Amino acid sequence: MANITMTVNGKSVSGEVEGRTLLVDFLRTDLRLTGTHVGCDTSQCGACTVHVDGIAVKSCTMLAAEADGADVSTIEGQANADGSLSAIQAAFQEHHGLQCGFCTPGMVMAAADLLKKNAKPTEAEVRHHLEGNICRCTGYHNIVKAIMAASGQDVSQLAAE
Amino acid sequence: MYNFDFEKPSTIADAVSAMAAEEAQALGGGQTLIPTLKQRLASPSKLVSLSGIAEMKGVCEADGGISVGGATTHATVAAEAGAYPALAALASNIGDPAVRNRGTIGGSLANNDPAACYPSAALASGATIETNSREIAADDYFQGMFTTALEEGEIITNVRFPIPEAASYQKFEQPASRFAMVGVFVAKYVDGVRVAVTGASEDGVFRWTEAEEALSGNFSADAVEGLSVSGDGMISDLHGSGDYRAHLVKVLTKRAVAAAS
Repeated sequence: MANITMTVNGKSVSGEVEGRTLLVDFLRTDLRLTGTHVGCDTSQCGACTVHVDGIAVKSCTMLAAEADGADVSTIEGQANADGSLSAIQAAFQEHHGLQCGFCTPGMVMAAADLLKKNAKPTEAEVRHHLEGNICRCTGYHNIVKAIMAASGQDVSQLAAE
Repeated sequence: MYNFDFEKPSTIADAVSAMAAEEAQALGGGQTLIPTLKQRLASPSKLVSLSGIAEMKGVCEADGGISVGGATTHATVAAEAGAYPALAALASNIGDPAVRNRGTIGGSLANNDPAACYPSAALASGATIETNSREIAADDYFQGMFTTALEEGEIITNVRFPIPEAASYQKFEQPASRFAMVGVFVAKYVDGVRVAVTGASEDGVFRWTEAEEALSGNFSADAVEGLSVSGDGMISDLHGSGDYRAHLVKVLTKRAVAAAS
């Protein structure tokens, strides 16, 4: 067992973990931040996407010990300071970018990662960036639309409703 | 996963010391190793993370080539290897964005997955794989599926690529995993053309020497038209037969030449 300390959504947290403890398990089980989901547990679906030191990673495929000392952001840290939805979250709501909602935390975190690097992505760039995030409801059209809208672009001409 | 100790050294020397423990295993970005551990297909006593070693990270230009630290992520190569555009393009299409943010070139080359992208770039470029103890030419490094010249405890610290006059990597993705069903890297140097194929052979990455000879005389897609690739020894699975993969080798070689010239 090893002691680790990291910043999660702006707060310093500590815990004792085994070498094999995954970051997602530390977040969900130790910190009770269950917004980060485990979909496939095989690095493919992206429901567990969080940001570590500002970059998107699959928290089911990173050891908690690797994040010792890191700055981690999860879906719980995405809302504005006053508790209102972030621009991306609000756009997902406005454009019905979710059906069952299971993949949504990972989609939002992937979208935030994209918009930080590319403020006005094209539809093709959004779709390429979401290759590692799988939606079993196959609701991709509205997810893409929500991300385009969150970037401030006119989405009235995009096909899906 | 079986449990293991975890160590994260900050220098190559400390990593080499940590790797001396029995059944110790180096951890690059973990994008293959962690799924492997979850399947209980490996049971190391200790994982030695290479992600905290600053001297093994980054891309720099030197002596007509580029040098990529062994712990450099695919995302960093995609962003910083502009001096070798075909290599940057290859890195920008490995897996997906989150995988590219963790996965490393050293991890990919050390694992030598038969469907990984990087081995084809290293072999087609005649890259030099630098370890903590020696330098290994790419032609000597790849020794079959999941097999390399690396010794126990040896760590890839750096990879040097000479920059070609023209190059392109073309991949036919297996749509679920995004691994290469077949990938072909063509690189044209002053002294000849090199063609490396990944994803296809049961022996892992290989050079298609007939195409290299044809392309060295005439660098155009037409030059390989008359050549044929045998399906013998090619991977056959539910995604495609050996004959299908053999067919793809030629198709993708032509596409790579067309894209490079």
